[in-house]
Amino acid sequence: MPYGGESKLPDRNHVALQHSMPTACERPPVKRHLDLSQLRRFKEQPSSDAHRSLQHSRDKHRTCGPRSRRRGGAGATAGGLTGVVVRRHSPHSAPPSRTAFPRGRCGRLAAASGAMAAAVALAVRGCGGVWRRARQRGAGQPGPGPGPFPRGQRAVACNARGGAVPAGKSGLAPWVPVVGLEIHAQISSNSKLFSGSQVQFAAPPNSLVSFFDASLPGTLPVLNRRCVEAAVMTGLALNCSINKKSLFDRKHYFYADLPAGYQITQQRVPIAVNGCLSYSLCIDSKMSQMVTKTVRIKQIQLEQDSGKSLHDDTRSQTLVDLNRAGVGLMEVVMEPDMCCGEEAAAAVRELQLILQTLGSSQAVMAEGQLRVDANVSVHHPGEPYGVRTEVKNINSIRFLAKAIDYEIQRQIEELENGGTILNETRAFDSKLGCTVPMRDKEGKQDYRFMPEPNLPPLILYDTKSLPANMNHQQVINIDWIHERLPDLPSVKRKKLVEKYGILPEHSFTLLNEDGLAEFFESVVKRTQMKPKKVIGWILNDLLSYLKQHSLTVKESPVSSFLLGDLLNLLEKKEISSTAAKQVFAELWKGEGKTPLEIVKEQKLGLLQDQKELEQICQAVIDGQENEVMAIKAGNQKVLNKLIGLVQKKTQGRSNPVLVKQLLEKKLSE
Amino acid sequence: AALNDGLRSQVSAALKEGRVAPTELCQRCLALIKSTKFLNAYITVAEETAMKQAEESEERYKRGQPLGILDGIPVAVKDNFNTAGIETTCASNMLKGYISPYNATVVQKLLDQGAVLLGKTNLDEFAMGSGSTDGVFGPVRNPWSYSKQYKEKSVPKSDSEESDWVITGGSSGGSAAAVSSFTCFAALGSDTGGSTRNPAAHCGVVGLKPTYGLISRHGLIPLVNSMDVPGILTRCVDDAAVLLGSLAGHDPKDSTTIQDDFEPFELPNLTDVSKLSIGIPKEYHAPGLSSEILALWSKAADLFKNAGAKVVEVSLPHTRYSIVCYHVLCTAEVASNMARFDGLEYGHRSDMKDSTESMYAATRREGFNDVVRGRILSGNYFLLKQNYEKYFVKAQKVRRLIANDFVKVFRSGVDILLTPTTLSDAAPYTEFIQEDNRTRSTQDDILTQAANMAGLPAINVPTALSERGLPVGLQFIGRSFQEKQLLTVAKWFEKQVQFPMIQLEEVKRHDSGVFQHQKSASFS
Repeated sequence: MPYGGESKLPDRNHVALQHSMPTACERPPVKRHLDLSQLRRFKEQPSSDAHRSLQHSRDKHRTCGPRSRRRGGAGATAGGLTGVVVRRHSPHSAPPSRTAFPRGRCGRLAAASGAMAAAVALAVRGCGGVWRRARQRGAGQPGPGPGPFPRGQRAVACNARGGAVPAGKSGLAPWVPVVGLEIHAQISSNSKLFSGSQVQFAAPPNSLVSFFDASLPGTLPVLNRRCVEAAVMTGLALNCSINKKSLFDRKHYFYADLPAGYQITQQRVPIAVNGCLSYSLCIDSKMSQMVTKTVRIKQIQLEQDSGKSLHDDTRSQTLVDLNRAGVGLMEVVMEPDMCCGEEAAAAVRELQLILQTLGSSQAVMAEGQLRVDANVSVHHPGEPYGVRTEVKNINSIRFLAKAIDYEIQRQIEELENGGTILNETRAFDSKLGCTVPMRDKEGKQDYRFMPEPNLPPLILYDTKSLPANMNHQQVINIDWIHERLPDLPSVKRKKLVEKYGILPEHSFTLLNEDGLAEFFESVVKRTQMKPKKVIGWILNDLLSYLKQHSLTVKESPVSSFLLGDLLNLLEKKEISSTAAKQVFAELWKGEGKTPLEIVKEQKLGLLQDQKELEQICQAVIDGQENEVMAIKAGNQKVLNKLIGLVQKKTQGRSNPVLVKQLLEKKLSE
Repeated sequence: AALNDGLRSQVSAALKEGRVAPTELCQRCLALIKSTKFLNAYITVAEETAMKQAEESEERYKRGQPLGILDGIPVAVKDNFNTAGIETTCASNMLKGYISPYNATVVQKLLDQGAVLLGKTNLDEFAMGSGSTDGVFGPVRNPWSYSKQYKEKSVPKSDSEESDWVITGGSSGGSAAAVSSFTCFAALGSDTGGSTRNPAAHCGVVGLKPTYGLISRHGLIPLVNSMDVPGILTRCVDDAAVLLGSLAGHDPKDSTTIQDDFEPFELPNLTDVSKLSIGIPKEYHAPGLSSEILALWSKAADLFKNAGAKVVEVSLPHTRYSIVCYHVLCTAEVASNMARFDGLEYGHRSDMKDSTESMYAATRREGFNDVVRGRILSGNYFLLKQNYEKYFVKAQKVRRLIANDFVKVFRSGVDILLTPTTLSDAAPYTEFIQEDNRTRSTQDDILTQAANMAGLPAINVPTALSERGLPVGLQFIGRSFQEKQLLTVAKWFEKQVQFPMIQLEEVKRHDSGVFQHQKSASFS
């Protein structure tokens, strides 16, 4: 397979962008109502300088996501969008592979905190792992579940001790929910899967469109080597067997954001098959009991992303942005081995971490780099699987759990009320917290799959099969990639637990935040404090500050160096832990002071002058006759009160151990 | 140098020696295009850019730095190759007025070597046809219809001379007519089931379909991706070798081109054919093969035999399934390839605005002719889930069997296969259009299409004139990537048969005086 390398275009674009930014007076008038002529005339590097000049001024609009766009009307935000000036007929007849647009960039921050929220939620509501066993054995012992679940509660689908969801009012056999996932992960690459145009989130509309992406007649796909490597890496990390020969197929359907009328995918022989993913989740509310589960990976296939259609209802037109058209996707198909929202959420979170560790995808759900569709069904133990629905439009891990649990409950109620489940596609409405049927295509879509004739089979090699005289640029060696795989999250966690003696659940939290484990290790390296104590500072203080301010670890105003220095002061007993918290709060302001400087400035250091401390102790004793008498009478507990008073007088700058000694000495005199 | 001269030894030499200037050559071709306009060979004539290119070429010659043999040579390109700045229509309403922003790789290669692009030649809509009669710009007329030879020999069927003209064959009929009428020295066609060889045979020119994967398809608007090959139409085999040398080789933009370097070659003058083994596939004695062509075919076989070559009858048993197999594979790919013409990004868009779907439907109804729509419909039928195994997969298996037939024959020691190119000489237009496109394609592709199934190189060599004074050609099919051997044998054969030159009044007018015609079509 002749590969097209990663395009060097992005770099060139980057330079062009910097140098050719026109000044305001050069800026051509902004076209408000662009129609297709805009796209019809575009060139291979279609982002003309004129378009680029719009970039900054339009950022605000662009980052709001489609909803606000819709409200604002096309005119305000059209940019280089392509208008299809026709009335929308069945806007939701999107094929299964299509998922909702990313919800704008309300930000990485929102995404990050969303992930945190999910992590917390996971810890609180785990679910038992016996669904599958029950199903396989066909036994289905009704568990001592908490009884009928009103709709809307999330933990309804399963319970911590395991056991099927008890039946509702019928009181008959319990229900077994079955959840499978189809996940589209956008490959992190400079250029698209089959063309040289750049991949970038939130670029000006239709500015990253090559001739091939717009399906100009006569253009041909050229496979991006980087995308193949990313898929191989991902396959290996998910314990898949990598197919040495895989094939590309065309999947046909008409849609405005699919310019060729077909998507190139891997229907017959995907690049990786038969893998598995282990993930862990807490099964009690104290976050202390974790279970590890496994979901089988059916396959990973390479395919093209579609463009984006923005439907402007008020103007009855559809705007098309082809920037995303042709971006490489890995579709990861998970077998229906999960039984509730929390399991699915934990599995997706683990996958997300793996992808991010590998760098094969940035996997930010809010930016649409990770899109999850859930297949949900319920059945009685021992019976065949029920009719499944496909839930789409899920754009955070938290919503994934919510959507699945809602859907399970909905199906159970539907069936218990004598209804039937339709094999349909449903969309999750995050505002209402429920799934609603998508206005689906009339009847079943026939995608008329066909081998892609313009791409020869994708051949991969291992060291054994590698032909000696092959051009290095043109071959991909699976073994070579395998040897260079980074430590996966599970391994990293294990190493953290072993090396630092921290609790397993702490290792999860450390890895859940991008960069937190590295931060922790860096602090540990810099301080004499024991890692077990350091972890408390990381998880309780640093993390809660970060969350409070919606910051990522990298954005933390307190660096690992500063925190290390601070903890050293504490460890050397130069400050009290109360003072340390004050110093931390001061450091958070990011004024560039060192912990030591803050301690000095605010006089937070422990009183080193023994005489002064003795005087203070004496003053306290002198002022508290009753207490002194009580102590002398044998009530040692009262001593603590005296210690507290000394602390108060010294504004927390005294070493409690020393104070205790001094007081005891004085009292015994 | 004359307009009918061979490239390498004569035109190129004349240009180099300054006996003729590129602008002069270009002007004469442009003038001839005008005076033969009635042939309808060209859809677009790029007069201005052609003259500009000729001037640039002239500068290079003046500086003594021509780019090679092709520098200053006027060429034409079938209108299904993308040409930047020049309309690319595929003879369809769908792409009428479409100006591509890029050049097909083969077009770029021609331009890079200094060739002068005269214009875009006529074809059947989206190259679907075998007559060059089914394009929106009207049918192409075979230059031989107006030749002295035809006029003398044929008995007028109707009163008016107007209705006696014969078709060019297709779908690259415009390119074949352009080369045949001396309006250009070489032309690009495309060959999916015989679209280069068939019109070459009917127009008395050399038509080469190279091995699949040897020449880039990037920029060729596809018919059947797995069979399409850019075709080469020239007036002699040597010229075809020159063109092949300038076009072949790996293209990073076409993943189906082979990686190996291609070494351009000059064809040797074969004197000894005794080591050759020529296969005569008996299945090509197809129903409908005219007795005239059959006789010519066996005469050609005798020619080889008498010259000492081994001539053996061989069998390609699956040939008879080729047509139906081709029908399934072709329509399936057509259905897929045509899906992009939805009126959104480029091309025709209907005014119908009731819904996106109705706009698609109206656009495609207005943009495509019956032939294209018919193939799209049947192709989609074959690709339906319930039909896929029964038709598409089965057709693929049959294709493999057809390809294996060739493998076996070549493995048995046969070097080259010799077959007729067409069943008969060119039909008069009025007769040809009596039958529908599908029936005609079925009949006309029968002898050429198996080579596309197997991806093999094949060439039409004009052989003789029929009783009606029309050209008849024979086809040589070679081993994969053995173009040199194939062309060497074709050149030897070309020399033996001394195919007569077309005698056209128009050409005489433009090419008399200074330039003398040579007797043979082979000028090298």
